[in-house]
Amino acid sequence: MQVTRRGFLKLTGVVGASSALGLNFKPVNAYAAELNKMNRIKTAKQYTTVCAYCSCGCGLICSVDNVTGKIFNIEGDPEHPINEGALCAKGAGFFDLTEANKHRLRKVQYRAPYSDKWETKDWDWAMNRIARLTKDARDKDFVVTNDKGQLVNRTETVSHLGSSNIDNEECWLISMSVRAMGLVYIDHQARV
Amino acid sequence: MTNHYIDLKNSDVILIMGSNAAEHHPMAFKWILRAKDAGATIIHVDPRYTRTSARCDYHVPLRSGTDIAFLGGMINYIVNKDKYFHDYVINYTNASFLVNPEFTFNDGLFSGYDPEKRKYDKGTWTFQMDLNGIPLKDPTLQDPHCVFQLMKAHFSRYTLDKVSSITGVSKDNLLKVYEAYSATGVPDKAGTECYALGWTHHTTGSQIIRTMSMIQLLLGNMGIAGGGVNALRGEPNVQGSTDHCILYGNLPGYLKMPSASLDTIEKYLEKYTPKCNDPQSANYYQNYPNFFVSWLKSMYGDAATPENGFGYSWLPKMDDGKHYSLMHLFDKMYEGKVKGLFSYGTDPAVSSPNSGKVRKALEKLDFLVSANIFDNETASFWFGPGVDPKQVKTECFLLPAAATMEKEGSQSNSGRWVQWKYKAANPPEDALSCADIQVRLMDAIRALYAKEGGPNAEAILNLKWDYKNHNGEVDVLKVAKQINGHFTADVEIDDKGVKKQFKKGDLVPTFGMLKSDGTTSSGNWIMSGSFDEKGLNKMALRGKEDPTGLGLYPNWSFCWPVNRRVIYNRASCDINGKPYNPKRKLLAWTGEKWVGDVPDGPWPPQADKEKGKYPFIMKADGVGSLFGPGMVEGPFPEHYEPLEGPLAKNPLSNQLINPTIEIFNSDLDKVANASEKFPYVCTTYSCTEHWCSGALTRWQAWLLEMQPELYVEVGEELAKELNIVNGERVTVSSARGDAKCIAMVTKRFKPFKVEGKTVHQVGMPFNYGWLYPEDGSDSTNFLTPTVGDANTFCPEYKAFMVNVARRRG
Repeated sequence: MQVTRRGFLKLTGVVGASSALGLNFKPVNAYAAELNKMNRIKTAKQYTTVCAYCSCGCGLICSVDNVTGKIFNIEGDPEHPINEGALCAKGAGFFDLTEANKHRLRKVQYRAPYSDKWETKDWDWAMNRIARLTKDARDKDFVVTNDKGQLVNRTETVSHLGSSNIDNEECWLISMSVRAMGLVYIDHQARV
Repeated sequence: MTNHYIDLKNSDVILIMGSNAAEHHPMAFKWILRAKDAGATIIHVDPRYTRTSARCDYHVPLRSGTDIAFLGGMINYIVNKDKYFHDYVINYTNASFLVNPEFTFNDGLFSGYDPEKRKYDKGTWTFQMDLNGIPLKDPTLQDPHCVFQLMKAHFSRYTLDKVSSITGVSKDNLLKVYEAYSATGVPDKAGTECYALGWTHHTTGSQIIRTMSMIQLLLGNMGIAGGGVNALRGEPNVQGSTDHCILYGNLPGYLKMPSASLDTIEKYLEKYTPKCNDPQSANYYQNYPNFFVSWLKSMYGDAATPENGFGYSWLPKMDDGKHYSLMHLFDKMYEGKVKGLFSYGTDPAVSSPNSGKVRKALEKLDFLVSANIFDNETASFWFGPGVDPKQVKTECFLLPAAATMEKEGSQSNSGRWVQWKYKAANPPEDALSCADIQVRLMDAIRALYAKEGGPNAEAILNLKWDYKNHNGEVDVLKVAKQINGHFTADVEIDDKGVKKQFKKGDLVPTFGMLKSDGTTSSGNWIMSGSFDEKGLNKMALRGKEDPTGLGLYPNWSFCWPVNRRVIYNRASCDINGKPYNPKRKLLAWTGEKWVGDVPDGPWPPQADKEKGKYPFIMKADGVGSLFGPGMVEGPFPEHYEPLEGPLAKNPLSNQLINPTIEIFNSDLDKVANASEKFPYVCTTYSCTEHWCSGALTRWQAWLLEMQPELYVEVGEELAKELNIVNGERVTVSSARGDAKCIAMVTKRFKPFKVEGKTVHQVGMPFNYGWLYPEDGSDSTNFLTPTVGDANTFCPEYKAFMVNVARRRG
């Protein structure tokens, strides 16, 4: 979603400050980089999102480079009635959650029993293997009736935790599918 | 939250207790400070002096785990000093109801307790009924069996001296808070309470919140602008994940998870559909069958028919009286009885209580599937400290997930605002959204059952699971519409006297139109109305209109239920529908309709004896419960000590701990109450720069630099006794484990005087784990016990006993 941006920094003021810095060109270069970012923000596609930490529901704007399709800036949404553009330390650092963070997971990782390392796999292999393990565990110990002979149709040996950090539609898909499989050990961070 | 974040600005007195809002909800705190700028009094009651305390009018330290004593003393004060809002209490609460004469309370226990089962038989926790089955009342509140008199007698034991001795709060400080807060018990003042994990993380957590709810009812602060009881929740979509009930005991929309004795849908609906004979009670949950059958239709689609009970028999059933929470799961896993765990966006190896037990339990799994944006201590448990990978059989999967701005969908904040967000960029390389992961996984599982069959395979194969677009990706809007609900047949609906036609497939515009005959489907009834019938996505609305001037922003996002921004809002008006507070008109009755916020139902106010309804429409009897038999510990809150505390005896009774908490008995569940080995009260908390277990924030250089490692805050007096200096390496230990960390010697903790003795309290953040930073600290939860609130099973992270010792070398 594209939103109207508020007026930004007065570029002339920044240029004036940088030219007055004298012979040390490092700060000048830094200012030039910032200027470049300003221009990129002006031409970027902007998308609104919601913060991923506490539950205030603060609004953020992601600026996406038109050429690369990558997010290059995230900041508070000044139109948002709750945060009015402001953010806390975590929200202000939101950019560090993007793929620019070198620690982001990018490939499916698998660790075989008794192995001491992760190995990279593809999605199809992983999904089929997890489905096999899940079905075998579920079917082996599936409880059709309990000690009192009551129909319970449940599995107690497969469990699900999480998450309060994913979208509603994802939560709902999980809530429905784990019940379809007969899970009863179902929980998430609401309790912790 | 009964109210919402911006509404905090409308308050005259804000009690922050069980929260450090300035550091953990900085944007919420902005609205608290707006109230302060407008003249409100802001009070912080907390064991530790924090940045919240620094900006409040005053800070009152209390010993961790004594909140009920503190608040019980406030009820005693309000009743004895006649500070309660008479009109509200008589008309809108059950204060006048007459209780069963056999109901008793004696030495810390209510009638019906079974010490073997640690459970109550609630047979006497009932009201006396008239011939029509309506509770008998004494509007003068004088009958010795009326709720008001029983409540008064119960809390008369919470004297200033007694409360001060239990909590460690001086009598002056108690009076200061009681006076300031109870001043809101008048029509034109609003008091609100902000809590967070500081209240839920106790074995008495739900009853702490209930005590405050009672205070709010007594002062007429429920359902009004600037009032309510407001949970500042700690995770971005914990409201939504709770609403959609990734929880063992509930189905989406807080419908009840069926248990084994309810073997037919008829028995199930009979049990969970409340009845009320009072014609003035809306008893809105009488619509329960409409919500439940519509939910089954959303789950099984056309396969759910009236003939097969809409697929009810396919659902898993819990054993009656048994719980399946996170702590129960790890207990059972530690016994070796759980084979597989899916862990999405969560890090229980750090965040669950008694980490030592949790990590041993993980080693007993056959397989573990983690989905996250970063690696964490749970996914990588098999090479954690003291674990030899060659001895660990578990097959582990670590699935790369999309971050929030890399996917479209909605998130619900604590104020129940469901906000739509957009996909800004693709996730890196092979990463997928959790929706795509779950749909692909379920596709693979369904393919196996289609081919091979298996027990109760119908439940899996009949699941409605057609949420992918032509690219094979999850169509999030389609899921959102399935949650909202649609008509499954052509129908005509009488909408407030107007006949409306709907076609099969049309979106249901409100949950009032859901039916129990199979002609509607809704994946979560409280979200019904998030779209209009034409398909307008109200969650994406960004209108800034504020017609009431109260900051309701009715055209910004969708707020459940039915865009009502303050719930129980009919209680903001008197029985004729006239606003109690003319300065902050949330709602008013014109004689024909309500204007302002979306009212809690269209009916006239309750003075209209024919058509009028009581304000608390989700309660079967229509009024707020000062007597609350729904709780497992008793209809009135009572102070019990934490599972581990400094006292050998409860100063109020011979019942030391909550008599209904479940005791876990594995060899790793050690407890040391009133022990010389572990003499200091400990509590845990977060900081502004980290989030929860730190599983996201420790990987971010900027944040990690601000808060790099684990520390323990030790008051100056205790530090002197222990000869510990600021910055020194120490070990904090409990009966279960220890945590190595840095000592922060501080003025922020002061010793308490409890039962004539000096009690020291220390505190630690819970944001660290061994995986990253590499030379950093491990989980604080090696110290915490496996025990939880008796209603909710929220662990007791906020009060347990430790020792602190200097570490050499």
